[in-house]
Amino acid sequence: MMDVVLAVTAVIFSLAAAGAILRIARGPSLLDRVLAADVLLAILGGALCIDMAVNRHLNNLMLVVAISIIGFIGSVTVARFVADRRVKPNES
Amino acid sequence: MNPDFSGPDAWIDLVSAVFMVVGALMSLGAAIGLLRFPDLLSRMHAATKPQVLGLFLLLAAIGLQMRTWWVWPVLVVAWIFQLLTVPVSAHMVGRAGYRTKHLHRELLTADELEAVVQKAAAEAALEDSPDDGR
Repeated sequence: MMDVVLAVTAVIFSLAAAGAILRIARGPSLLDRVLAADVLLAILGGALCIDMAVNRHLNNLMLVVAISIIGFIGSVTVARFVADRRVKPNES
Repeated sequence: MNPDFSGPDAWIDLVSAVFMVVGALMSLGAAIGLLRFPDLLSRMHAATKPQVLGLFLLLAAIGLQMRTWWVWPVLVVAWIFQLLTVPVSAHMVGRAGYRTKHLHRELLTADELEAVVQKAAAEAALEDSPDDGR
């Protein structure tokens, strides 16, 4: 049963990662790309969890914990420095 | 490929297999939402599915597969930290998206930030004006 589950989840995660990468490549704004990168990180963490659950080891558990602790820093940093670069009409 | 369902072992395997497939489908749903939703705020709604519920289901699958008790506190720590940090990044991204106007205003049902932004802009204009008597 675990072989079937592994194959099915591998296909699903591949499609999901392809969709997120497509949004990173195509996204109209920087924030869309940051959001898609966050989803790609979540997909990576999910794939690590599937590997641990199917093969019954805990080698990646600290990596999953680290991703869940510091994974938000990237998007917070990018969102902090996103500024409206369009020139306002009433200024100079 | 024909497990015997007399003991609890096969049932635990079945439950964790369902958790894994559903948790993976959360990621697929997030990717479909990212590709099909029209603006940043609705894409943010789709992006939270694998981050919270998907991670919960996959961590529960690990806990069921390992069949030990000491692994559960570590899994709970991972999920709690995810619950603590995901709203921070969502708040920052949403606020930056509102300020840079990456949203379709006609899709909003309520805009509680509008009044605050108007008030702050009015106060800033009052302080910046040169002929206010000071």
